[in-house]
Amino acid sequence: MKLDKIQQYLLKEIADITDTPEGAYNIRSNSQSIGRQSSANITITPKTEVSGIDIRIKEGTKNERVHIPVVMTESGLKEEVYNDFYIGENSDVEIVAGCGIDNCGSHDSEHDGIHRFFIGKNAKVKYVEKHFGSGEGTGKRILNPVTEVYMDENSSCEMEMVQIKGVDDTVRTTIAELKSGASLVVRERLMTHNKQQAFSVYTVSLNGKGSSADVVSRAVARDSSFQKFEAKIVGNAECKGHTECDSIIMDNGKILAVPALEANDVDAALVHEAAIGKIAGEQIEKLMTLGLTEAEAEEEIINGFLR
Amino acid sequence: MLKIENLAFNVNTGKKEIIKDISLEIPDGKLIVITGPNGGGKSTLAKLIAGLEKPTSGKISFNGTDITNMSITERAKLGIGFAFQQPVKFKGIRVIDLIRLSAGRELTIAEACEYLSLVGLCAREYIDREVNASLSGGELKRIEIAVVLARKSLLTVFDEPEAGIDLWSFSNLIDVFRKQREEIKDRSIMIISHQERILNIADEIVVLNDGEIEKQGTRDDILPELIGTSSAVQTCLGIKKELD
Repeated sequence: MKLDKIQQYLLKEIADITDTPEGAYNIRSNSQSIGRQSSANITITPKTEVSGIDIRIKEGTKNERVHIPVVMTESGLKEEVYNDFYIGENSDVEIVAGCGIDNCGSHDSEHDGIHRFFIGKNAKVKYVEKHFGSGEGTGKRILNPVTEVYMDENSSCEMEMVQIKGVDDTVRTTIAELKSGASLVVRERLMTHNKQQAFSVYTVSLNGKGSSADVVSRAVARDSSFQKFEAKIVGNAECKGHTECDSIIMDNGKILAVPALEANDVDAALVHEAAIGKIAGEQIEKLMTLGLTEAEAEEEIINGFLR
Repeated sequence: MLKIENLAFNVNTGKKEIIKDISLEIPDGKLIVITGPNGGGKSTLAKLIAGLEKPTSGKISFNGTDITNMSITERAKLGIGFAFQQPVKFKGIRVIDLIRLSAGRELTIAEACEYLSLVGLCAREYIDREVNASLSGGELKRIEIAVVLARKSLLTVFDEPEAGIDLWSFSNLIDVFRKQREEIKDRSIMIISHQERILNIADEIVVLNDGEIEKQGTRDDILPELIGTSSAVQTCLGIKKELD
């Protein structure tokens, strides 16, 4: 597998790799798989009806990783990709996804990844997804990920979803359904700048007794960017749900936070929190007393906030 | 040396004078304690020195440079450190990050831990913690002091370092200042405090009342005079409360 400099740069940003990763992987570049490898326990096969892959993880697979990064460097490409993950019972795995778009042209580039997770009983999954855009072109870099998570009894899933830079338009849709004892933790980090727009919508249904969800978003809207965060947790059984949106607003940014809770069971315990505000003046002052300029202080505060 | 000349600070468009025409010198190698009743202007004076407030009139110079119109950053770079009375909380910024920023270089974990140990915190438990509301007031205060110590400033101003600190930590704190006192030589320390035990380690004491310097002199001259005043009674009551 040969990668050019831009591909290497994008892969480093989104998956922290510069070459072929260990274990199972599928690397997609400009709508084609440029490298694919299955492992003894993880099988990756291409779909036939639509573009995308099936990732099947054997029951009881422990401490294995699978990388499925996507990079796009051709201006004007538009793709819909369907990736399904079947995670066997009692397994414990990490999935590293992510998409990097470099658009140097005048046409919009768009990648819409539709990821479905079927997580077996007692399985444990860590999912890391980073989205990143670069390039000087006037064409937009657009990412519209759809993530569906279906969790069987006593499974757990931790999702780290990050979009830090360069994505012009995004609509992020996440749906999760949890059976009894299942637990979902989502940590979203989102930064928009210039005229970017980001919509992030979560609907988490806690259907089984003892299920729990913790959906936390930290967001920064700079320049003239706009963000809307909409998180809904539905409690249909004895369960615990928490959603939090914590945002820093800067310059002429705009943020709309819409947390929602729906309880359909008397034993559903649901909490939401939302806060939007500019960087506290005393935080900047404190860092200035340590010798940082005002601009350096702001960067440190934002980097920490989005860590 | 820090030199303050005819410094004044008003609020409410000049109607209320918080600092009234103060002149004061803080020589190198000295530990100066500023004391006096609440509302006397002590914290405002500290903020004027660090640049968090700008004076209405007067001049501040540091080692011969006029810093009156300098920003907080410029003053920090010249060697003025400031420990906040109310430590600032952050989201995502860890103790190690603040200590590294303060030191201005990539400290090793071991080096950073030394500063935490100085203020009596078990370094391994705290070094990776976020400086946020999950820490108690006393923990935040000790971290604030450790961070400022890492800066090794020529002049460090501590605004009520004892506030919010429990008795056990307070004894540690006195040791920290005592040690700093022995090591300072060309550096100087200014502490704003009500505590007799801090007054006891001062080279010089300045009593600030109603925005003016009421008394100023060596510890041996000033401390006996303070006994029996309302400020001393307040101090004694404070210590008694801690011991209870």
